[in-house]
Amino acid sequence: MSTVEAPPREPATARRPRRLRLTDRARHERNLGWLLAGPAFIVMVAVTGYPILNAVWLSLFDYRLTDPGGREFVALGNYVTILGDGLFWQQFGITSFITVVTVAAELVLGFGLAMVMHRALYLRTALRTAILVPYGIITVVSAYAWAYAFSNTYGFVNGLFGLGDFDWFGGTWSALFTVCVAEIWKTTPFMSLLLLAGLAQIPDDYLEAAKVDGATAWQRVKRVILPNMKAAIMVALLFRTLDAFRIFDSIFIMTAGAQGTETLSFLAYRQTISRVMVGLGSAVSVILAILVVLIAVMFVKVFKTDLSQQRGER
Amino acid sequence: MVLENKPRRWACGSALILVASILSGCGGDDGGSTTLTYYIADAAQEDVATRCSAESGGAYTFNIQRLPNTAAGGREQLLRRLAAEDRSMDIVSVDPPFMAEFANAGFLRAFTAAERQEFSNGVLEGPLVQSTFRDTLWSAPLYGNTQLLWYRKSVLQKAGVDPSAGPVTWNQLIEGASRAGVTVAAQGRRNESLMVWVNALVSSAGGSILQPGSENLPADEVKGGLDTEAGAAAARIMHDLAVSPAAPAGFSTAGEEDSRAAFQAPDGGFMVNWPYVWAAFDTSIEEGSLPADFKDDVGWAAYPRVDAGTESAAPSGGLGLSISAFSGRQDLAVEAIRCLASEKSQTEFMKKAGNPAALASVFDDPGIREMFPMADQIREGLDAATPRPVSPYYGDVTGSIQTAFHPPDALSPENTPRESNDLLEDVLSNKRLI
Repeated sequence: MSTVEAPPREPATARRPRRLRLTDRARHERNLGWLLAGPAFIVMVAVTGYPILNAVWLSLFDYRLTDPGGREFVALGNYVTILGDGLFWQQFGITSFITVVTVAAELVLGFGLAMVMHRALYLRTALRTAILVPYGIITVVSAYAWAYAFSNTYGFVNGLFGLGDFDWFGGTWSALFTVCVAEIWKTTPFMSLLLLAGLAQIPDDYLEAAKVDGATAWQRVKRVILPNMKAAIMVALLFRTLDAFRIFDSIFIMTAGAQGTETLSFLAYRQTISRVMVGLGSAVSVILAILVVLIAVMFVKVFKTDLSQQRGER
Repeated sequence: MVLENKPRRWACGSALILVASILSGCGGDDGGSTTLTYYIADAAQEDVATRCSAESGGAYTFNIQRLPNTAAGGREQLLRRLAAEDRSMDIVSVDPPFMAEFANAGFLRAFTAAERQEFSNGVLEGPLVQSTFRDTLWSAPLYGNTQLLWYRKSVLQKAGVDPSAGPVTWNQLIEGASRAGVTVAAQGRRNESLMVWVNALVSSAGGSILQPGSENLPADEVKGGLDTEAGAAAARIMHDLAVSPAAPAGFSTAGEEDSRAAFQAPDGGFMVNWPYVWAAFDTSIEEGSLPADFKDDVGWAAYPRVDAGTESAAPSGGLGLSISAFSGRQDLAVEAIRCLASEKSQTEFMKKAGNPAALASVFDDPGIREMFPMADQIREGLDAATPRPVSPYYGDVTGSIQTAFHPPDALSPENTPRESNDLLEDVLSNKRLI
């Protein structure tokens, strides 16, 4: 059973442009619409389109910000350097690891929280607010909070679990664990919010019918709730995966990239901001952007994620 | 028509307001203003600036802007703004190792010969050397800095090491502290403080991170000096300390403040750190986290040696005041620096921030001698301190060193020197990433 149905198609004639039949009033309204929306459209293109094209252009140069005279066209040289460097692949691996672990954990926890929010009979608003609080906290602040929590000098985690002066940030895996915990804590509410929207769309009749037919709670989740939420789950996964793949703030604050915890965003930051190698850094950013687009395409084409779910068209 | 024209006029009007506000945001620099924008790195600079502004009789006032706390953060902010030719910056506080990078890029205004004479007068050798690049003064030294070896007098007997009796080596410290069950605190965190430590060890062993003469070479021709005995000695000491029982917990993530915490702990024994810790102990005593007589147990000595027979090269730090090349009030900025870096200001600054003055005469001030019983040691250290490599590509140099020499427990005297040298040269030639 599926609630995802094709929208009723408009008759073919209705979609044909009928420019000639526009009244004066309609034409004026359309022009006014452009006049009102035009400046915003131009600003949008300027602030998003221009930097993207500029980054692609800069990525073809060996260009150090402190040595503008030494700028040299190297075509795809920067891309060859990046893709041939083991560091890029190591950081690609770390980024993928963090993405998979955090998104998987967030999906399970987020689903649980969404169920709690959906089913709560009392204090619904207070409960939803409480669950959403971590998402309202700025990532840098949450990263600092967790860095302090895991600190071996003034943190509470070691005391709570009797770990003595264990240095969480002193090893790759323990440091990655802290980063994942901070990320999961921070963004699970977002996941649960998206899942709650999907959960709310399932008509109660379906569940009641399943109950009457003698389905157990687990069967109801597996056979009724999950299939009907597929679109919402895929959209939630897509959004979170794109976000998680660009992780930067938590790592910057918690480990500053030490112990092999650097991700691809960090690689772009280090080349562009620390080394001011604008060309090389732009190339890393372009690769990162391409990877993000590939993830989006994979979700939409391979997993058939239905984005209209999110646009409120259904 | 009337109905349609109103919204159109409104739309045009708002577009004009938008454009006007964007344009006005770009300008804002009226040449006649006497307000100097001053980027400070230490809160105590603001107090000095307030006094200078009051004493100027209205000649100038300051708009104080605070730089990020970390050295790297400060560098990045200055670099980004200066590269964008930010005309709102007048006086900037520059960490000495970054000065060459800024000067080479044309971001700073060079001091004239007469000004150089004026701002060099009476300045200690260490702070002066690191304010000069290609025989030009780019920063007026505000303070100099050097690290000392700090020790707890109560552990010396058990450790069998006595820094007060004469110079000690890193090996003696590691062995002695391990024997006594106490720690040797140093900065193993992957940031600028690790670079400070590596540079001090390599220099103390008679080497240098970059081969001499590299400051005038293009990036891809710069040669590293790490694949040497000195590089191996540095890697060995860092590794030996990191894996010894003398390494404090969290050694590979410890910065200056973590080192101080380790030194103040019951098993604290030795520490290399900047002199600010002396004033910081007072703060901890006032807060009640340290016993009132803690400082009676603390001694200090010259920075540890690598070889017993070779004098150590203590780290060098500090801060200089530079003028942005894009400032429209450069002459006024010079006048303000005359006050900001004056003997009176440096004395006041040293008392408040605990950072050593760059002017030799400040160390004769009775108040300073009372507050800093180790004043003579600091002054000697400043004269002998070894600056970090002077390079227009310092960002690449420090980034490579921080990558290659971390974590300290994974270093080896056999591989680290070659690997770090290769990384350094490859990064400078744009062949590898960091």
